[in-house]
Amino acid sequence: MKYSCTIPCEKEKLKDLREFVQASLNNHDLSEQDISALVIAIDEICANLIIHSHKCNPGHSIELVIKILKDKGIEFNIFDCGEKFDINNYTPPSIEEIIKTRRKGGIGLILVKKIMDEIEFLPGPDQNICRLFKKIRVH
Amino acid sequence: MVDIKTINEKGIEVLKIVGEVDASSSIQLDKAIHDVLEKGHKKIIVDCGSLEYISSAGLGVFMSYIEEMKKNGVQMVLVGLNPKVKNVFEILGLDQLLNTAKNKEEGKIMMK
Repeated sequence: MKYSCTIPCEKEKLKDLREFVQASLNNHDLSEQDISALVIAIDEICANLIIHSHKCNPGHSIELVIKILKDKGIEFNIFDCGEKFDINNYTPPSIEEIIKTRRKGGIGLILVKKIMDEIEFLPGPDQNICRLFKKIRVH
Repeated sequence: MVDIKTINEKGIEVLKIVGEVDASSSIQLDKAIHDVLEKGHKKIIVDCGSLEYISSAGLGVFMSYIEEMKKNGVQMVLVGLNPKVKNVFEILGLDQLLNTAKNKEEGKIMMK
């Protein structure tokens, strides 16, 4: 089973994206807690792309494709043509550092790394793919 | 979309958050907390009973004030978190860094 949606690079569209992820995952017998964790992870990755890679340009867009792999897990592919950002080459600051320096950003990617089991960044000449995988029993 | 109302209940500032705090609306939460601190209030309850969703942008706002509050002797308790929001706090270990309580009454007792 596959679901896909495309949103313009505006922070205000993140709500639509969350609703899309929620609605897609609702069909697959997952717990509310698992769904909400996956929703926030996708929100964080896409907020990061919209803000940092696309500078909130509404003329740009990102595409999310969700693949349900029965009994194996869920694969999320996020396609975009923005500035390349390899999450695996980024070490998020620690929670203690964030508090000490009073910075407001940085914890989103900690969340993504804690929630997802595999994270891949596949840069391409025309588009980049950020692939996230959650190992979970899914129907 | 988020709506934040501030009311004073017997010397305690209560910030009631209604809706969702994400990358597009966290600035409103930031402003609300900033305003309360600027007025010199020392006891703050953040009523999260109607907070449906919070992403890192909103959590970052709370965290960015931890040091300042500690330095100025300000107490803040987040109350009424729903299980989904609570789960995010737990994933990040924020439940150890921010004071939380079941409801307003418990929150008020914690600040006595």
